[in-house]
Formats: sequence, structure tokens, C-alpha cells
Amino acid sequence: MIATTMSDAGTVAGAQRSKPAKKRDPMVWVIKPAVWVLCLAPLAWLGWLVADAVFFGGRGLTANPVEFINRYLGDWALRILLVALAVTPVRILTGWKQAVRLRRLLGLFAFFYVALHVANYVILDQFFDWTAIWNDIVRRWYITVGMLALLCLIPLAVTSTKGWIKRMGGRNWNKLHKAVYIAGAAACLHFFMMRKGLQYEPLVYGAIFAGLMAVRAVEPLKRRIAAS
Amino acid sequence: MLIKHRKASDVLGSEITSKSVFDDRRRFLKTAALAGAGLAASTLPTLPAYAARTPLDGVQKSKWSAESLPENDPVNSYEDITSYNNFYEFGTGKSDPKENAQEFEPRPWEIMVEGACAKPGKISFEDLIKPHTLEERVYRFRCVEAWSMVVPWVGVPLGDILKRFEPTADARYVYFETLLDPERMPGQRAPVLNWPYKEGLRMDEAMNPLSILAVGLYGEVIPNQNGAPVRLVVPWKYGFKSIKSIVKIKFQKEMPPTSWNEAAAREYGFYSNVNPAVRHPRWSQASERRIGEIFKRKTLMFNGYEEEVAGLYTDMDLRKWF
Repeated sequence: MIATTMSDAGTVAGAQRSKPAKKRDPMVWVIKPAVWVLCLAPLAWLGWLVADAVFFGGRGLTANPVEFINRYLGDWALRILLVALAVTPVRILTGWKQAVRLRRLLGLFAFFYVALHVANYVILDQFFDWTAIWNDIVRRWYITVGMLALLCLIPLAVTSTKGWIKRMGGRNWNKLHKAVYIAGAAACLHFFMMRKGLQYEPLVYGAIFAGLMAVRAVEPLKRRIAAS
Repeated sequence: MLIKHRKASDVLGSEITSKSVFDDRRRFLKTAALAGAGLAASTLPTLPAYAARTPLDGVQKSKWSAESLPENDPVNSYEDITSYNNFYEFGTGKSDPKENAQEFEPRPWEIMVEGACAKPGKISFEDLIKPHTLEERVYRFRCVEAWSMVVPWVGVPLGDILKRFEPTADARYVYFETLLDPERMPGQRAPVLNWPYKEGLRMDEAMNPLSILAVGLYGEVIPNQNGAPVRLVVPWKYGFKSIKSIVKIKFQKEMPPTSWNEAAAREYGFYSNVNPAVRHPRWSQASERRIGEIFKRKTLMFNGYEEEVAGLYTDMDLRKWF
């Protein structure tokens, strides 16, 4: 079900697929399947670690599996979100217009990991203790910021289908989907705030996010300069 | 007549080392090696075996034994205790210390004792510990990150050690410092904290019978990742108070600076007593996850050591002095 909505290209991308699709489209036959495999690989690895721990006493999940799973899923949610945010910069820098057709798939995979990350927090970490969860959201800023990222991403995931683009109209849809920038910034901040002391890793993610935003900002600037 | 054609690889009879010469050479090498080792040994102090997993001799049971703990406090496995560590000197990941501390040599080791005491000076690790009886202390260990373990430490009451240096009336606090050596502690190459790691106790906290300097784990020499060769253990406080790999002890009048307080004063107070009623900006401290369990349990006041330590804080507002 998700597979069909995700694998066929959206209207934005579909508009570019105007050539008769008689030749096998490498985007459909090679690149998208590769993205599927790559995006599912971290989950498969986690599945193996869990199975190994349960059946063979493996220690890949560390002594604190709930914490490990939470961080692992959070890491991959952020990584894939940044890859999704890299689609437009890649198009700008390389001129590879087809890249845009991967954007929704990557965005939905990022959301998929975000959802698993939050599910792990709600189920394994807090075990549906809604009072504790609410207290976390109001009192612990890194969780507040993380929840902001989640809130930004939910409407984007919901409106990712062709039908929604039609219903909303391209312009409004594009406007709404700018919320991904807020989500990206919030996710980086969430990671930075969650680490104790001064740590490099969140700064690297933050720098990558800033770099991707900078590339976006440069293109309209160039156009303006060229026009003047 | 037999004509022998010599191939290049054939060995001439004259080339073969005679048995006697061969034996002589062996004997020479052996003696030389022994002499070398003897020379080395004679210049080094006699050290007790110190590799991790070496059993410690003469460890006495104490009142804080595994049996004295409630049934829902089983001792954590050696594997858990030694593979899941916060020891930023060896990396910020939980598995980093075990990975990065293997090469670390915690010998020879000296501790500088200074400040308000009658007998300051440098003392070797051996001289610091030797005069005391090693005791097994099975304690709950509660990390500020809301996870906990039960750890069978081997150590010496801190108060007994401190008394030997004869602290003066000015010694109201005792300050501890971890080794600063980015060569041997790779985590110190990044400015995660303002190295070296600093910690401190009020003198009466240090003299409390619960406070120990630990040198062992599970009846064996303490592994590097757990703070070899000597670390503090104060079980009613959050884990970061229990400073590892100590090289300095200083008696002083003023409340000493502590690393996490310097890094984020709003989050980490000087006292940092385990207190489910005082929440931390990052973690509700009301509950904790015991390593080995999935679901959380309620955190106990002073980590369950209320009887022993509540008297230290009778007139204090623990919300203010968190």
C-alpha cells in the first residue's frame, strides 16, 4: 500500500516524466529500488541485533537496549531527513533534475524512522505513561524541540500523496512543505541539546543542515544577479 | 664411482652448526635474557599484579553485601558493568570506554595529596591502599541519566584513607581530580568538558561510612573503563560524582569546582544527591531503568541510603542545594 504510493512518482516529478515511458526508466528500475534497499538496511540491521540479543544472547544492543534503540532510530531519522533535504541542493549543484523524483520517497523514509523513534519512546521507554510523556514535552526542552520536528513532519507525510497535491493546489502544497526546513532545524537542535557537554557529532549534523540551506539560498541569489 | 652433483640448496657439512656450538648459543641467549630481566626487575618497585580480572586477595565481606539488598536488586553482570560506561575521557558513547581504555596502563600511579592537612605529599597507589583492609561493597549505582545498576565494588572506606593525611580544621571540603593525559585518554583530545575532570565532597560526606575509594569489581582488579586504578564511589549521589582514575586529593575550605557544574550549572549541582522529588532539566528523576530490565522503577530517596545519609542534610533545602 505504502509501496505503491511511494514508488510511483508524484505530480511534481510526474510532470517531468513526459517522454513516452517505453524505454526502461532507470529511476524506476534502478535508483528507487536502491533507495529502498539503502533506507531499509538500518532497520534490517536493528532487526538482526534484536534477534541476535533475544535468541543468541548477543550484546549488540548494549546493556541498555531501550536507550540504544532510541538513539539508533533517532540517528537514522536525522540522517535520512538530511539526505531528503539534500535532493534540491544536489539538483542545483549537479543539474541532475531527476533527483527531485527521489524527494518524496526519502522524505517518507525519514518520517518512517521518526515514527519508529517516537514509538520506541512512547512504548518501550515510557510504556504509555502519558503523564510522564506530557511532563517530558513541557519540561524538557530537547524533547519539546523534538516534538516540534514531529509536528512539522506529520502534515507533510499525510499530504505526500498525488490526491493531496491536487486538492491543495501546487502553490499551497509547496508552501506547506517548506515546514520541512523547520523540522530539519528542530531535529538538529534536538540532537545537539540531547548530548551532554560540548560534542562534535551534533555540530557536524548542524553544519551539514546549514550547508544544505545555504546552497538553496544561493540559487535565487544567483538568478537575481544574472537578471540585473 | 659415485659423483655427487651439488645443488644450490644442498647444505655443506661444514656449514652445519655443531651441536655444542648450537647449545652454547642457546645458553648465551637464555642467560642474557635472564640477566636483562633481572636488571629491569631490580630497578622497578615490586608491584602487585594489576591487570584487570586479576583476583584481589583478602577481600572481606561487609555489611553492604549482595545478600543485604532486597530481592529486586540483583547484582548486575560483570559484562553489563564493564561494557556500559560513562567515562568521557575514553569517548562519549557508552561502549567507547571499554573499547578505548584497553591500552591504558594504570601503573605506575601516584596521587598528589595537598591542601589543609598535616601530611600532604605524593603517594603511590600501592601505599595509599595497602594499609587498609579491602571490603566488598555491593551498592546500587544510579546515573543522572536515569539508569541504574547494582555493582559489587571492592574498596576501602574513604574516611579511613583521608584521616591518614590528618586534615586540619580548615578542611571543610575535599576535592578530587582525574588524570589529565590526552595521550593516554583519547577522549580528552576533544573539549567535551573542561579537563581534567573535577569532583568534590563536603568533608562529612567524605567521612560517611558509605563513601569508598574502589579498586576492584567482582573481587578482581577494577578494569580501566570503570576508573582504574582508584575511583570514588558515593552511592547516594548521581554516578558522575563518583570520579574515576584519581590523581589528586585536596583538602580545602571553599566548596570546590566540579566539572559538570562548570559545564551546566543549572543542570548539575554540587551535591547531586539522588532525589526523585527534584527533577533535572533533562530527566525526570522520579524513576529509573535498572540495567537488565525494560520497564522503569521508582527511584528511591538518596538511592535507598536514606538511613545512612539523611542526617547529613537535615537543615538543607534540597531543592535549592540540588
